[in-house]
Amino acid sequence: MTVDTVKQPNWFSRLAHPGYFLTWTRYLVLPLAIATILAFAIGLWFALFNSPEDYQMGDMVRVMYIHVPNAWLSQLVYGTMAVSALGTLVWRHPLADVANKAAAPLGAAFTALALYTGALWGRPTWGTFWEWDGRMTSTLVLLLIYLGIVALWRAFDDQLKAGRIVAIVTLVGALNIPVIKFSVDWWNTLHQPASVFTAEGPRMPPSILTPLLVMMLAFTLLFGLLMLVRMRTEILRRRADTLSRQAALAGGAK
Amino acid sequence: MRAFQTLIGRDLRLAVRVGGEAMTLVLFFIMVAVIVPFAIGPDRPQLMRLAPGIVWIAAFLSMLLGLDRLFRSDDEDGSLLLLRHSVLPLEAVVAAKVIAHWLVTAVPLLLATPVLALLLSMSWAQWVGTVLALLAGTPALTSFGALGAAVTVGLRRGGLIAPVLILPLAIPVMIFGVGMLDPLAGSGALLFLVALSLLVTVFSPFAAALALRAAGE
Repeated sequence: MTVDTVKQPNWFSRLAHPGYFLTWTRYLVLPLAIATILAFAIGLWFALFNSPEDYQMGDMVRVMYIHVPNAWLSQLVYGTMAVSALGTLVWRHPLADVANKAAAPLGAAFTALALYTGALWGRPTWGTFWEWDGRMTSTLVLLLIYLGIVALWRAFDDQLKAGRIVAIVTLVGALNIPVIKFSVDWWNTLHQPASVFTAEGPRMPPSILTPLLVMMLAFTLLFGLLMLVRMRTEILRRRADTLSRQAALAGGAK
Repeated sequence: MRAFQTLIGRDLRLAVRVGGEAMTLVLFFIMVAVIVPFAIGPDRPQLMRLAPGIVWIAAFLSMLLGLDRLFRSDDEDGSLLLLRHSVLPLEAVVAAKVIAHWLVTAVPLLLATPVLALLLSMSWAQWVGTVLALLAGTPALTSFGALGAAVTVGLRRGGLIAPVLILPLAIPVMIFGVGMLDPLAGSGALLFLVALSLLVTVFSPFAAALALRAAGE
């Protein structure tokens, strides 16, 4: 009698197979793209035409509909990267380091956009492009961390080794970001009292909150879409690399 | 424990007998402070006001730029491979190397601070505060740097990557180190700095050892 000792792969490990991932995501890209475009269309229409002006800032308040989603994504993407780093280190999930590599430049771009729109918004309302305010400073440090991770990815030839090492850096960064945030807040309150942001919570009328939430959804969908396309591209690129290496080997043997 | 001490002794002897890297580091440290008056002018009250910050920038740069070599030479001559299979766990090896590195880099910097204090016309209290802050903060800098060095050990062209990765992470050390001298901050900054230093020193050998294992695979 034979006993089947080979464990059937569960859905999680089947998901882990890059080839399978390519198959099931193929049908996901187009619907996700359509959903993203729709969400942006609705959100932008609300944000630009169907939301009230601020009684002080006038039309400038509409920058918020771009600024806040980007700031939200700058943190969500790092969370995604930290989870994928755990996936690399704990489960050695073959897609986790692909996800980390795909997310890093996206996170850098969203964070840079958050800072850029913040500067555009800050100039007319506060009178300055840049203030060493606690939140702005920690966002800037976050951008530097993203860029460091991107640079580290690019420095390695061996992408599998790079995956594990970048995962370590990502996790150390994730542990360190709260410390940085705390120290920057501490530093800033030491130098000047909080004059820019006052913590009042989301006291917004629904006419502003609705477009904001739609825009946040739209940007999150955009992140999902870009992430998916980048992951597929990365898998295909690795496969092409392997194939060309095999071809070179076969050519050399002749 | 004997192996641990032997490893520290080996690194200390290597540092003393080969290369004189510690001397170069001190020279770099002093030079950063020397070029600052050329950049901002020789106005003594202004220099005095900026002095602790300048000393911290100089220490930051010389500690982090010098750390690239922490594991590199051992990796190149193969002794890192031996150390990976020694009786000591790799985490302890990293800790020993961090201690040795701190002794040969941070201590000379601390000894060189009186020169900087004179050049930048620091007051007595400022100098004492800065030395205390450096004493508390440099272990964290070395430990962060060890992580950066471990992460980039396998890279042939990784010279600048380690500082670029580590600098943003080490910003809190700088904030609390300089904040210590602010009369408004009181002793809170020193406590935060010591806490941060202890935490980083304890945890970074584990992260660095993990990175070294991943790099050696």
